[in-house]
Amino acid sequence: MITTQNLTKRFGNVDAVREVSLDVREGDRYGILGPNGSGKSTLVRMLLGLVYATSGEISVLGHRIPKHAGRALPEIGALIEEPAAYPHLSGRANLRLLDAAGPHGARRTRRRRVDDALEQVGLAGIDRRPVRAYSLGMRQRLGLAGALVRRPRLLILDEPTNGLDPRGIRDMRDLLVGLNATGVTIFLSSHLLTEVSALCTRIGVLDSGRLVLQDQLASLQEPTGRVLVSTDDPDQAVATLDGLVEHRDGADLVVRSSDAAELNARLVRAGVPVRSLAVQRRSLEEIVLNVTGAGSDQFGVPPSDSPAPEVQDAS
Amino acid sequence: MIAVELFKLVRRVRTWLTIGLICALPLVVAIFIAVTHLAPPPGQGSAFLSAVLDDGQLYPAAALALVLPVFLPVAVAVVAGESIAGEASAGTLRYLLARPVGRTRLLVAKLIAVTTFTLTTVVAVTITSYATGVLILGPSRAAAVGTGSGGVSGAIAPGAGGAPTAGLQSGAGITSLSGAPLTTLDLVERVFGAMAFITVSMLGVAAIAIFLSTFTESALGAAMGALATLVASEVLVTLNAASVVQPYLPTRYWLAWIDFFRQPIFWRDIQRGFAIQAVYVVVFLASAWANFATRDITS
Repeated sequence: MITTQNLTKRFGNVDAVREVSLDVREGDRYGILGPNGSGKSTLVRMLLGLVYATSGEISVLGHRIPKHAGRALPEIGALIEEPAAYPHLSGRANLRLLDAAGPHGARRTRRRRVDDALEQVGLAGIDRRPVRAYSLGMRQRLGLAGALVRRPRLLILDEPTNGLDPRGIRDMRDLLVGLNATGVTIFLSSHLLTEVSALCTRIGVLDSGRLVLQDQLASLQEPTGRVLVSTDDPDQAVATLDGLVEHRDGADLVVRSSDAAELNARLVRAGVPVRSLAVQRRSLEEIVLNVTGAGSDQFGVPPSDSPAPEVQDAS
Repeated sequence: MIAVELFKLVRRVRTWLTIGLICALPLVVAIFIAVTHLAPPPGQGSAFLSAVLDDGQLYPAAALALVLPVFLPVAVAVVAGESIAGEASAGTLRYLLARPVGRTRLLVAKLIAVTTFTLTTVVAVTITSYATGVLILGPSRAAAVGTGSGGVSGAIAPGAGGAPTAGLQSGAGITSLSGAPLTTLDLVERVFGAMAFITVSMLGVAAIAIFLSTFTESALGAAMGALATLVASEVLVTLNAASVVQPYLPTRYWLAWIDFFRQPIFWRDIQRGFAIQAVYVVVFLASAWANFATRDITS
């Protein structure tokens, strides 16, 4: 769906994007992660033909960008950094204008498509107010509706949960997963690890303009060969598992084992009361911090039930 | 895309406010003149104002002369300056281009919208000032005082054809700036000529503003840049030392449309005016296109 080869963009003498070779496949929910200033937005703009690459090649939906952007773009819905709308017009009028502005906006089905898009993002019924009166979250929803109005095959979303409250983030995630299930490929950029790990099947990590990692999330999160055990009788557990316990923190143990079932059976046989037992996997945070030079403070890692933090500048 | 741009123009309050204000200025001037009967003496003040007391039908020409130096160029520069820069600063430019709207298409649509605005404004001024002229200043009335250089009155009394050629519909002759009489048909043709000339002159302004608009996110900056160009041009037009460049200045022939109201029409400056504005429009729009089509959209 999206491939780039050695894509580079230089602004003056700053390399915003360096030799990035993306590979986004049909049906992916692809998340590009990187701290602010790592080149995510420049990359997204190049994919959409807004910013011209210094060198390298881009193909989106089988069309060369920017040369044949006009063929690819009608099948793409995009959210490019903040949403934007004409503030004196209603949300609905904005969508109608955007739809009417370009190709594939058949007048016959416009009303229906606008209605559907508003319904999908939860703006139906409050779409007639001028956008000026919208909250940040409503603007974000309207922006997403703009991306959906032509029923695209590919969604390119730059920081899609920006400004949404926890409910909004949840709605957005459900919507994107639902669209993905109907065959829409999703490419999103984010600096929020939790958002990406909750939504994406495949990730890429950008660091100072370089793509330092690109893989399926599931294979990145292979078991580490350790099992986390929580028990009311840690002393007996340690005695039973002599030598296998790597770390002990009160009632919580980290045990070297590749077979959680066998470990559990062994503890139960020894009469150790196991309260919980889980296969340890690397968290996305560890994976990302491992491959980037960035400090963890450059990634927003909010608890999933709170809105996004203030945007931080990384460089 | 063109329909979309026109819709945006129509739905903006500012569009109508601007046109209303531009139409209001001649109305205010007409009221003062009608109340005091004090028009500027011939050869002084804004063109045609000295003549309108004698003949209200000439008021559209006077009104155009009133709004031409400042009001009209400011309005056109503001609308044209906003064309690309306004979309850029609102963030809507990236969404339009990703929609996708081709960059050339967008520029053409903007140009058409600006042209429509200019033409609408000029037509509105003409129509409202005709009504003003006829209703407030009155139609051609008895006046022995000549207008312009000739001093020969075309109309002795309403309804009485004072000159051989006068007397088509109104029966009242209208005096040209040269003193020779004009028929109403003549006058209509010449007003249309003046409107076309002024519109084209304003498109020259618009082209400069659109050009600047492709470089900046500041709509105000683009408008101000275009206006600064005009002011500089006006300064140089009156400077003898700059006579070498004067024929090429954008405002050099701005007032040439007054020659439409001479009998016979004095074509030389009118033609030069059209030509110079055409050059400005082509050069600046081509430059705007060259810049916009190759620029990174980072707004």
